[in-house]
Amino acid sequence: MENRKVVVVPCSGIGKSLGTVGRVATYKVIERMKPEKTRTVCLALLTMGDDDALRLVRKNPCITIDGCPAQCSKKNIEASKGKLAHNIVVTDVLRKNRSLKPEGVIELNDQGDKLAEIIAGMVSERVDEILPKEK
Amino acid sequence: MTLATGKVGIICCSGEDFAEGTISRVATRLVLEKLRPDQTVTLCLPLFLAGGEDERAFARVFPTIAVDGCGKKCAEAGTKKFSGKPVATVLVSEVMKKYPHLKVRSREILEPQEMELATKVAEEIAKKVDEILCKTAKK
Repeated sequence: MENRKVVVVPCSGIGKSLGTVGRVATYKVIERMKPEKTRTVCLALLTMGDDDALRLVRKNPCITIDGCPAQCSKKNIEASKGKLAHNIVVTDVLRKNRSLKPEGVIELNDQGDKLAEIIAGMVSERVDEILPKEK
Repeated sequence: MTLATGKVGIICCSGEDFAEGTISRVATRLVLEKLRPDQTVTLCLPLFLAGGEDERAFARVFPTIAVDGCGKKCAEAGTKKFSGKPVATVLVSEVMKKYPHLKVRSREILEPQEMELATKVAEEIAKKVDEILCKTAKK
């Protein structure tokens, strides 16, 4: 049986840079910080009711990263009856790091990348907390 | 129904699990920011799917183009389900077949080859925008 993984799901909001911050943070976690313990899933595919995507989020703990208070990723995981373990909203983290001014959607500026790094660190800590509990 | 403002909505899948999703996203922004900034708007697909009424209303009234990374066509299917069939769909995996020398390696960081592919996809989207607006103007 395949090991449990934490599924990190960003909203990927395309209108503002904060959606990109969540997306970049996700890749920092799943590709560099915790590649053995995490993965992602296409949010749109999940929301369209794909069986494999639904099974994935129902069997594994999920961490959502939402760019704005609309919290689309969290709402879509809940609507899919996924196992929501934790939710991070980028605007909340930004409020605690007011010196950072993230800009850019195609490519984040350095401050946006720094914010993504902070969020990736928060997600990584949660991953380490969640997985032992799952054993 | 009025299309007098001459705007076309672009809805991309942004698929997180595949590099093609990143290409769909970057191509969409290239159209919005550089190729057709005055003729296009984008709609946030997760918000649209989560029930964003403004997004759904826009896609009901204005012509839309779906930009999908793969053959599952989530952006097209989502738009069709909640607002009506998109006027056109651009499929990244199909555009890639025309440019086999452009390899996609990363979901996160777009190297020059991937940016070139995103630009090719953006050009296809822009062409569709022009076709749609031309037809609209003739009506």
